[in-house]
Amino acid sequence: MTDPPPTEVHDEPSAAPEHESRREPAITARSPWVLAGRRLLRDRVAIVCLVVIVLIVLLAVFAPLVASITGHGPNQQYRDTGLSPDGLPRAPSGEFWLGTDSLGRDILVRIAYGARISLLVGVVATALTVTIGVVVGLAAGYLGGVVDTILARVIDVVLSVPFLLVAIALVSIFGAGLLNTVLVIGAFSWASMARIVRGQVLSLREREFVEAARSMGASSARIMFVDILPNVLAQVIVYTTLLIPVVIVVQATLSFLGLGLPAPTADWGGMISEAQNYYTTSWWFVLFPGLALLATTLAFNLFGDGVRDAFDPRAEGLTRGWKG
Amino acid sequence: MSLLEVRNLAVAFPTPDGVVRAVRGVSLSLNQGRTLAVVGESGSGKSVATQTLTGLTRGAKVEGEAWFEDTELLTASDRTLRQIRGARIGMIFQDPLSSLHPYYTVGWQIVEMIRAHDRTTSRTAARERAAELLGRVGIPHAQERIRDFPHQFSGGMRQRVMIAMAMALDPALLVADEPTTALDVTVQAQVLSVMRDLQDEFGTAIILITHDLGVVAQIADEVAVMYAGSVMEMASRRQLFYEPHHPYTEGLLASLPTAGNGRKRLVPIAGNPPSLIAPPPGCPFAPRCPHAFAHCWEEAPPLRAVYGDTAHQSACWLPTDVAGRQAARDRLRTATGGVQ
Amino acid sequence: MLWFLLRRTFLGALVLWLITMGVFALFFVTPNNVARSLAGRQATPETIQLVEARLGLDQPIWKQYLDFVRNALHGDLGYDYYHQQPVTEIIVAALPITVSLAVGAAVLWMLLGVTNGVISAVRSGSFADRALTTFALFFYSMPTFLLGLLLLYFLYFQLTLSGYPFFPPGGYVPFTDDPYEWTRHMVLPWVTLALVLAATYTRLTRGSMLDVLGEDYIRTARSKGLRESRVVVVHGLRSALTPVVTQFGIDLGQLVGGVVVTETVFSMPGLGKTAIDAINRQDLPVILGIVLFASAAVVVANILVDLAYAMLDPRVRLH
Ligand SMILES: Nc1ncnc2c1ncn2[C@@H]1O[C@H](COP(=O)(O)OP(=O)(O)OP(=O)(O)O)[C@@H](O)[C@H]1O
Ligand code: SF4
Ligand SMILES: [Mg+2]
Repeated sequence: MTDPPPTEVHDEPSAAPEHESRREPAITARSPWVLAGRRLLRDRVAIVCLVVIVLIVLLAVFAPLVASITGHGPNQQYRDTGLSPDGLPRAPSGEFWLGTDSLGRDILVRIAYGARISLLVGVVATALTVTIGVVVGLAAGYLGGVVDTILARVIDVVLSVPFLLVAIALVSIFGAGLLNTVLVIGAFSWASMARIVRGQVLSLREREFVEAARSMGASSARIMFVDILPNVLAQVIVYTTLLIPVVIVVQATLSFLGLGLPAPTADWGGMISEAQNYYTTSWWFVLFPGLALLATTLAFNLFGDGVRDAFDPRAEGLTRGWKG
Repeated sequence: MSLLEVRNLAVAFPTPDGVVRAVRGVSLSLNQGRTLAVVGESGSGKSVATQTLTGLTRGAKVEGEAWFEDTELLTASDRTLRQIRGARIGMIFQDPLSSLHPYYTVGWQIVEMIRAHDRTTSRTAARERAAELLGRVGIPHAQERIRDFPHQFSGGMRQRVMIAMAMALDPALLVADEPTTALDVTVQAQVLSVMRDLQDEFGTAIILITHDLGVVAQIADEVAVMYAGSVMEMASRRQLFYEPHHPYTEGLLASLPTAGNGRKRLVPIAGNPPSLIAPPPGCPFAPRCPHAFAHCWEEAPPLRAVYGDTAHQSACWLPTDVAGRQAARDRLRTATGGVQ
Repeated sequence: MLWFLLRRTFLGALVLWLITMGVFALFFVTPNNVARSLAGRQATPETIQLVEARLGLDQPIWKQYLDFVRNALHGDLGYDYYHQQPVTEIIVAALPITVSLAVGAAVLWMLLGVTNGVISAVRSGSFADRALTTFALFFYSMPTFLLGLLLLYFLYFQLTLSGYPFFPPGGYVPFTDDPYEWTRHMVLPWVTLALVLAATYTRLTRGSMLDVLGEDYIRTARSKGLRESRVVVVHGLRSALTPVVTQFGIDLGQLVGGVVVTETVFSMPGLGKTAIDAINRQDLPVILGIVLFASAAVVVANILVDLAYAMLDPRVRLH
C-alpha cells in the first residue's frame, strides 16, 4: 500500500475499508459451551474439587482392593483384634488405619464401601429428580393452559410437603433399601427443578426459533426436547451438580435416622449413627465417616459453584426443607 | 475562573479481559449558569467521565485534575466528595424509574436528600420543601403526591421528581445524563424547559449528556463531542452546527433528518468504535473516517484550535483553516460521486 | 387483599387435603400390623381382631378416612394407638420445644447470614469475601447431624472434661421451669441449626445484594451524598432483603413442622423427634397428625411470605 506523505490530505475512500480489514482479528463465534468449559478449566478450586471427586469415585470403585490390601472385609467383625478388652472400638493403628467400630469392623474399609452407596444414591436419585423435573417443567411451560395450571398446582403441593417427615414415613412403610431411598428422594425433590425449568421455558416459548419450528409443523414433543431443551440445558447442568451433594446428604440423613440400608451394609450416615453413642470414647468412629461425607459434599458443592460461575445462571431454592 | 475546570481526565477500569480505557484525556471547562452539552455514541465515555468527577465510578484508575469551586475533585477525600455530591453537584440520570428507589415514596427520597446535608432542617420543614419543589417542577397536587411511590408517576413526572431532588439544595452544577432519552418527544420538551427555567432562576450550570442533537440545539451553550473516550471537537453550539470541523461531528450532523423539526437519536455512522482495551495508535476515528489518510493511523491528533477561534477546537489532522477544510470536503464529495 | 386471602386459604386447604389423602392411602397399601404388635406376641387372632375394632382398623379404608377428615375439621386428630392420648395434645406438648428451637435459631442465622452476606457483597472479591463465602459453603455442605455431633463432642464433651460444664449433652427443660437451664439446653441446638442455615442466607444475601448494588437507584443514592453505610443498608439491603424474607418464611415454615435431625441429635422431644418415634412404632394417628400440622405450617408460611412480599414492595398487588 502506497500511502502519501503524512501531511498531505488523502481522501481516497477505499483506504478506510482496507484498514478496517486488518484492524481486528475476525471474531469467531465461540459456543457458550466451549466458553464455559474454558472458564471452568481456569477455576483452580473447581479443578481441585473435581480431582477430589474423582478420588472418591476411585475409592468406591476399588473398595474391594482396599479390603484386600488391609485384609479386612467390610462386614467382618474382628472381636479379638478390633475391640479393646472392655469391648470398645480400637483407635487407628498399623492394623486398622482408621480404627474400628463398635463391632470391631475396619472403618477404612467400611468408608470405601460406604462411598459406593453415597455416590450411587447421589447420582441415581439426582438423575431421577432431574428427569422428572425437566419433563414436568417442559410440559408445564411449553404446553401451557390446563396442563400448566394442573402441573403448577402439583408443584405447589409437592413443595408444601414436609419433605423429611414424609420421606421418613415412606421409607419406614416400604422398607429401607437402595431403590426405595432413590424413589422417595426422586419423588419429592423434582418440584424445585420443575419450577426453574418451567420459568425458563415460559420465556423461551415465544422466541423466534420456537415459532419457526412450530410453523414448520414440528410436533410438541419435538419442539420441547429438540428445540427448547438445549436452551435450558446449561441451567439444568448447574442445578444437577448442585443437587448431587444435597441428595447425598439426604441419603445420609435418612440412614442416620435409622432408615438407611439394612445392616450390615456400610453407609456413611449409618456409620455415623452407630458412632453416636461412642463419641465420648472413640472419636475416630464418628470423625472419619464424617470427614468422608463432608469432603464429598464440600467437593461437589465447590465444583458445582464453579460450574455455576462458568455458566452464570442464578441458583436458588434448592434447600427447601431437608435441613433442620 | 470557571466553575468547573477538568484537565486531562483519564479513567481506566481493570477487568478480567484487560484494562478498559474508558476516558482518555478529557479537558472541559464550564462557567456558572452555562450549559455544556456532551454528545457522542454509546460507549464513548460520557457517563464515565462525568460520574468520575463526583467519585461515582468505583474501582477505576483515575488520572488528571478536576477543579470545582476551589476543590480538586479527583483527589478529594470521600467525606469532601460526599458533601459536594447532592449539595453542590446535583445529578439526574437516564431512566427515572430505575433511578428512584422503588420502595420509598418520592417525598421520603427528597427529604432524605435535604436532611443528609442539613441536619438542622426538621423533618416537617423538609417535607414542606419537598412538596414545594415538586410544585416548582410542575407536578400537580404536589402536597398529596409526595406520598406516592415512583411507580405511580408517569415517565415525564418521574424525571421531574428526579430534577426536583437534584435541585433541592440549589447546587451550582447539575449533571444530567441523558435526562430525556427514555421519554416521549413532547414530554422531552417539557422536561427540558423545566431544567431551563430552574437554571435561569438559580444560575445553575448544567452538563447535559445526550445522544440527541435536537436537544443540543435547544439548550446548549457549548458542545463537546466525544468519541472512544476522547473529546473530538469542542465548540459553541452555533459554531458546531454551522461550521463543524471534525469528520465525526460532520457524520453526526449528516445523520440528522434535514427537513422539519423532527428529531432523532444519533444514527451511528457506519462501523464500530475501536476497542477500549487495546486502542490502536493514531486517530480513534480513523477506521470509520472517510477522510482518513496515512498519518491518521500513526499519530493521534491533539485538540487544536480551528478556524482561528481558540474556543473552537478539534482533534483532527485535516487543515485547520476554513478553506483547507472545505477543500478536503469537496475532494471527498467528488471522490464518492456526491454520495457523502 | 380479602380476595387474595380467600383464594390462598382455599388453595392451602386443597393442598392439605391432597397430602392427608396421600399419607392415608400410603399407610394402607402396606399390610398393617399395628394391632398385632399392640396385642402382644402370643395374642390369639380374636384378640387382634378386638384390638383392630377398638382402633377402628376393621372399618373400610374410605370410612376411616372420612371419619378422620370429619374429626380433623372439628379439631380432633384422633388418639395415639398406644396410650390413647389425643394427638392434638401430643402436638401441643411438643410444639413449644420445636418453636423455641426454630425461632431462636432463626434469629441467629438471620443475623449471621445476612450480616456476612452484606459484608461479602460490599467487599466482593476481597479476602473477607472469599473467607466468608468459603465459611458459608463449608457449613452449607455440612450435614446437620454431623455438625450436631461435632458440637456435642467439642462443646459438651471436651469442655466438660476440661472442667467447664457449660453445655448439657442434650435434652430439654421448659422455659417456665427454669429459664437458665432452658437457655443452657438450647444453645447447642440453636447454633447447630443456625450455622447450617446461615450458609444459605449468606449466599442468598450476597447474590441479591450484588444485584441490587448494581441498580441505578444505588447510584442515585450515592449521588445524593449519602453515607456509604446508609446507601448499603437503607437503599441496598432494603431491596436485597425481599428474596431473603421469602426464603426465611419457607424455612421457618418447614422447621415449625418439626426440626427432625437436630431434635434427634440433641434428644429433644419436639415435633420432629415425636414424629420419628411415631413412625418407628407405626403410630398412624400421630404420624398423620404431625404431617398434617407440618404441611399446614408450610402452607401458612407461604401465605405469610406473599403478604410480607406485598408489604415490602409497594409495587406488588395481591390478587
Ligand atoms: N465499571 C466499568 N468497568 C469496565 N468498563 C466500564 C465500566 N463502566 C463503564 N465501562 C466502559 O466504559 C465505556 C464508556 O462507558 P459510558 O457509560 O461512559 O458510555 P456513554 O458514553 O455514557 O454511553 P451511553 O450513551 O450508552 O450512556 C464503555 O465501553 C463501558 O463498557
Ligand atoms: S485525524 Fe484523520 S482519521 Fe481522524 S478524524 Fe481527522 S481525518 Fe479522520
Ligand atoms: Mg451513559
